[in-house]
Amino acid sequence: MNTTKPNYIRPLDFKHGRVDMSHGSGGRAMAQLISELFAAAFDNAYLAQGNDGAILPATNGRLVMATDAHVVSPLFFPGGDIGCLSVHGTINDVAVMGATPLYLSASFILEEGFPLADLKRIVESMARAARDAGVIVVTGDTKVVQQGKGDGVFISTTGVGVLPGGVDLSGDRARPGDCIVLSGTIGDHGMAILSQREGLEFSAPIVSDTAALHGLIAAMLGSGAALRVLRDPTRGGLATTLNEIAKQSGVGMMLDEAAIKVNPPIEAACEFLGLDPLYVANEGKLVAICAPDDRERLLAVMRAHPLAREAGVIGEVIADAHGFVQMTTKLGGRRVVDWLAGEQLPRIC
Amino acid sequence: MKYVDEFRDGSLARNIAANIAREAEPQRTYRLMEFCGGHTHAISRYGIADLLPRNVQMIHGPGCPVCVLPIGRIDQAIRLAREHGVILCTYADTLRVPASDHLSLMRAKASGADVRMVYSTQDALKLAREHRSREVVFFAIGFETTTPPTAVAVQQAASEGSKNFSILCNHVLTPAAMHAILSAENTVKLDGFVGPAHVSTVIGSRPYEPFANDYGKPVVIAGFEPLDVMQAILMLLRQVNEGRAEVENEFTRAVTRDGNLKAQKLVAKVFELRDSFEWRGLGSVPHSALKLREAYAAFDAERKFGVGYTAVPDNKACECAAILRGYKSPQDCKIFGTVCTPENPVGSCMVSSEGACAAHYSYGRFRETA
Repeated sequence: MNTTKPNYIRPLDFKHGRVDMSHGSGGRAMAQLISELFAAAFDNAYLAQGNDGAILPATNGRLVMATDAHVVSPLFFPGGDIGCLSVHGTINDVAVMGATPLYLSASFILEEGFPLADLKRIVESMARAARDAGVIVVTGDTKVVQQGKGDGVFISTTGVGVLPGGVDLSGDRARPGDCIVLSGTIGDHGMAILSQREGLEFSAPIVSDTAALHGLIAAMLGSGAALRVLRDPTRGGLATTLNEIAKQSGVGMMLDEAAIKVNPPIEAACEFLGLDPLYVANEGKLVAICAPDDRERLLAVMRAHPLAREAGVIGEVIADAHGFVQMTTKLGGRRVVDWLAGEQLPRIC
Repeated sequence: MKYVDEFRDGSLARNIAANIAREAEPQRTYRLMEFCGGHTHAISRYGIADLLPRNVQMIHGPGCPVCVLPIGRIDQAIRLAREHGVILCTYADTLRVPASDHLSLMRAKASGADVRMVYSTQDALKLAREHRSREVVFFAIGFETTTPPTAVAVQQAASEGSKNFSILCNHVLTPAAMHAILSAENTVKLDGFVGPAHVSTVIGSRPYEPFANDYGKPVVIAGFEPLDVMQAILMLLRQVNEGRAEVENEFTRAVTRDGNLKAQKLVAKVFELRDSFEWRGLGSVPHSALKLREAYAAFDAERKFGVGYTAVPDNKACECAAILRGYKSPQDCKIFGTVCTPENPVGSCMVSSEGACAAHYSYGRFRETA
């Protein structure tokens, strides 16, 4: 006698199961993965409808959209994993435009053989990060590639946010005399990845700073300070971000090395590996270019926020036809802080 | 003491700078060569030139391992990876040095060669243990600092009976290069040397004594931190002013007169002198490099795979050769910063951050626009 319950489908084995090609085939296996993992974790009405796209309500204000692919290796690192990183990275790109992030899409490229347990851990981390940030993952996609053609999982996310009236932030708005504000220490994310990847153990913990910055940014906008540019110094680090802004705005910059904070374990690890923290990635820091008269007002609200307690002015925008970012060294000399040449660390985000 | 920022202190730097300014006699010019790329990098990165009087000039020397590798040596490594299908391992900067046919090891990798960056010789040896069916070649480059770890790896491979590990030996010798600079025709005018830091921890300060005694050039061995370099400059100025030519040691926290005898013994056991070796910039220099001894011939990739060395001329517009001899500065090169940049280096000096051109491009090029 058949004792199986009617309509019973054996659930996915999240303990020992692995991704196989059928999970990306568009058939029943894929539908099951979506419903038991993605829809369950992200849990919202848009996904529950099961349509090809999400119909979003009309909003008041201009829309901001940003996209980011995440290929970090290793997938799990001290302070985070590819899941929360793929939420924070895209939210931050929307937020530094001054917008309130509302929606995310998520696209997964899975490698055949990837453990479902790891995938579940990643997706739940994503869901938690999105929930904490007040954004909804409204649509998604899953593809599976053959073993050896991927590296476990790649996640691409796109974010949509709404921009309040009167906010006008852009990389081309820095002007000579503006001050350059940094929200905290640099190099934490990149070194967390590297120490994990290379199996390097340092006696002091090195933890990624991955975090969603839109709450901090909302407070900064609320301060009334005249903000020109906001940007999160991710790949290429602080040096690369400042060079991008200098180029877009057609200005130069003069930094003060002594004002740029680096956590002692990060500094020691960089020293040990021959890396310059100015070029090491961050995932929870931002650079603000602000009118000089408003610096104290801006710093006050930043330092009152848990993600920017160590905010400080690190330099000034200057007129320079060559667009050089320069720095007064702690020693008292001067140097260029150039674009990153080649790659400092592969696959950090 | 953590040895991270103690030797980068701004107020101490200002003190030394004031002493240098007092010591420098205004009517004379001091031309000092920092032999090592580590010093070149420190001078550029910390902006030491801004703290020196105008008449104290630093001339960059050839002590940058990837800079002095001639094109033919990189070609050899590429041939091993492409034609012999080996896993070719090397230190990072070497990957970007331009070779023949618009290639570099990095480009060879992109076109399918199995080239891997390693942090140490131990990583390469580990790869050989993990891939028994593949040949693993370590592209061994560098001065006396990187030679002992290579010797250790070769000895380990020998004692393990490894059949698939070998090295492409390009280890070179600092004193030989200094002799070549000082004995060249049209020799560059120098008043003294800031002597090597890490190299000297291995070979000690004794090998520099002929430069003081025979050539009359003061040598001050200095660490790679900015305060070390500044203190050494001050010590050199004092020697010049007092008419002395001695080997002095600023880097006493790490360097002795005899150096690391254990490392020297190990190196002597595994390696012997090559009759001659071609350097970029210095040309063929007798007894200036090492090769594996006969007893370790099985680990010599040149013999194992029969890849001979073919000399290849440098790009005609590239001034690396003159820059490595201290004859020209990066700014004297027509293609500096235009055709030749860190992203697309034409010459080797634009590759490593220790190279004179890369250091000037990355840290100091605002000076030409001032």
